Amino acid sequence: MELRLAGLHHGYGDIEVLRGIDLEIPAGRIVCIVGPSGCGKSTLLRLIGGLERPERGEVVQTGEPPPGCLNPLTYIFQDFALLPWRTVEGNVRLVLEDHGFGRAETAGIVDGVLARTRLSEFRAAFPRQLSGGMKQRVAIARALAVSPAFLLMDEPLSALDAQTRELLLDDLVDLWARERFSGVYVTHNLREAVRLGHRVVLLSRRPGTVREILEIDLPLDARAGHAPELEAHRSRLWQLLRDEAHAADVELVDG
Amino acid sequence: MAERGGRPVAFRGGGFSPRPLGIVGPLVFIAVIALWEAGCRTGLIPPLVLPAPSEALAALAHLVETGLLWKHLGASLQRLLVGWTLGTLLGIAVGFSIGLFSLARAGLAPVVAAIFPIPKIALLPLFVVWFGIGEGSKVATILFGTFFPTVVATYGGVDNVDRNLIRMGQSFGLSWLSIVRKIILPGALPAILPGFRISAAIAIVLLVAAEMIGAEFGVGAYILLAGSLMALDELLAGVAILSVMGLTVNWLIARLERFLLRWRT
Ligand SMILES: Nc1ncnc2c1ncn2[C@@H]1O[C@H](COP(=O)(O)OP(=O)(O)O)[C@@H](O)[C@H]1O
Ligand SMILES: [Mg+2]
Repeated sequence: MELRLAGLHHGYGDIEVLRGIDLEIPAGRIVCIVGPSGCGKSTLLRLIGGLERPERGEVVQTGEPPPGCLNPLTYIFQDFALLPWRTVEGNVRLVLEDHGFGRAETAGIVDGVLARTRLSEFRAAFPRQLSGGMKQRVAIARALAVSPAFLLMDEPLSALDAQTRELLLDDLVDLWARERFSGVYVTHNLREAVRLGHRVVLLSRRPGTVREILEIDLPLDARAGHAPELEAHRSRLWQLLRDEAHAADVELVDG
Repeated sequence: MAERGGRPVAFRGGGFSPRPLGIVGPLVFIAVIALWEAGCRTGLIPPLVLPAPSEALAALAHLVETGLLWKHLGASLQRLLVGWTLGTLLGIAVGFSIGLFSLARAGLAPVVAAIFPIPKIALLPLFVVWFGIGEGSKVATILFGTFFPTVVATYGGVDNVDRNLIRMGQSFGLSWLSIVRKIILPGALPAILPGFRISAAIAIVLLVAAEMIGAEFGVGAYILLAGSLMALDELLAGVAILSVMGLTVNWLIARLERFLLRWRT
């Protein structure tokens, strides 16, 4: 299954947020979307997953989701969005409960994803007992439980401290190497983008348009050894982004 | 500046954080009662103005001996339980409708806002006409009094549920009912449960008022009779019963809160 964005336009009231976005999102790879803050990255992701209706244009799904997929477009949120009144296990179970599985089948899926995210020991913990990084791993486990065709991630590491971010970034690379999931990864952090993205899409400041598309051909699990090449990509993206970010920064918020 | 010695920096970060001092409360309580008893014994407080605590205790003992305590308490608790339970259930149902449906909000919220501030005691004569002088009017008064604060607490709670959690539920394709049951209801509970305390206090006030009209048994009727006979010791015994009733209800609600909101701390 693949996604195609065709002529997406969106705005809130008088504010035009996205203008004419055309984009192909292939399967089995990670597309990173970067851009200055306020340029409409989160809005774009909400449009892609059907949480919001575009004013013009459309998001088209081509092909069928893989068999066994319960929720083709699955989000991982910046603020984790875990239910504080449910345990780790309960939070994962939440997204399976409407699918009419038997008790044993549900337990099997839950055990599986908790093991894959190395959370099995913490299954009975409540979110308040977990660090930010652990909470995000629970959210990743929850997303994996529905076998998504696409993972839609909105700055999943931005609420975490720098060290945790680094650890979780490695986790995501490992996860991709094992599962080859398709993903759209929104971030304002260029280092994350060049570490995780097979393709990096740079948006201009608001109204967001596609400014540049960069293909990075290095396999994800081999990137640790290619620091200079990644750094070159990063600094080129930064050149482009800096002017946009500066211009966006000095704009009046309601201007 | 390079020389050794000098003064330690003065501590100025204290205060503004109440510590639990468990024994102070009971001590104040005992001290007040002891002073009061002493005042009565020494004649400083004339018995016609305020009877001694020991006399009120004697009146209470008499109530227990004659078995009247259970009759009064039973009648009162039954009214309280029926009125409060019905008022709370209806209040939660209506509060949820206002919180979830635009039409219910547009139609009901202004009505609730208009009736909420009316002291329901003022409506008691009306309820007597509608529901009769017996149990009906008493239960209706309590029901009405607990209904409105529960509605307001409930829809306030529903409004305050984290929108990101609801959006998460939608993004995983949960059904509408699942979102209401598993996300909105537990999310609103921290606002609904404190509302129980308020509605329970209101219910006790209304109970006493309602029992002052046409009730043979009930703590309120007992107090009213004692008052009209100027039997101040019995009146105080009745008031003490009410206080214990209030404390018990509060304690029960606190237990319920601790159980249902154990995920919080
Ligand atoms: N629900 C909304 N209502 C009104 N304005 C919004 C809403 N969501 C986002 N915006 C505005 O749209 C612009 C883009 O927002 P967003 O997509 O969150 O940007 P980004 O994620 O790139 O920082 C911002 O100016 C923001 O204020
Ligand atoms: Mg954003």
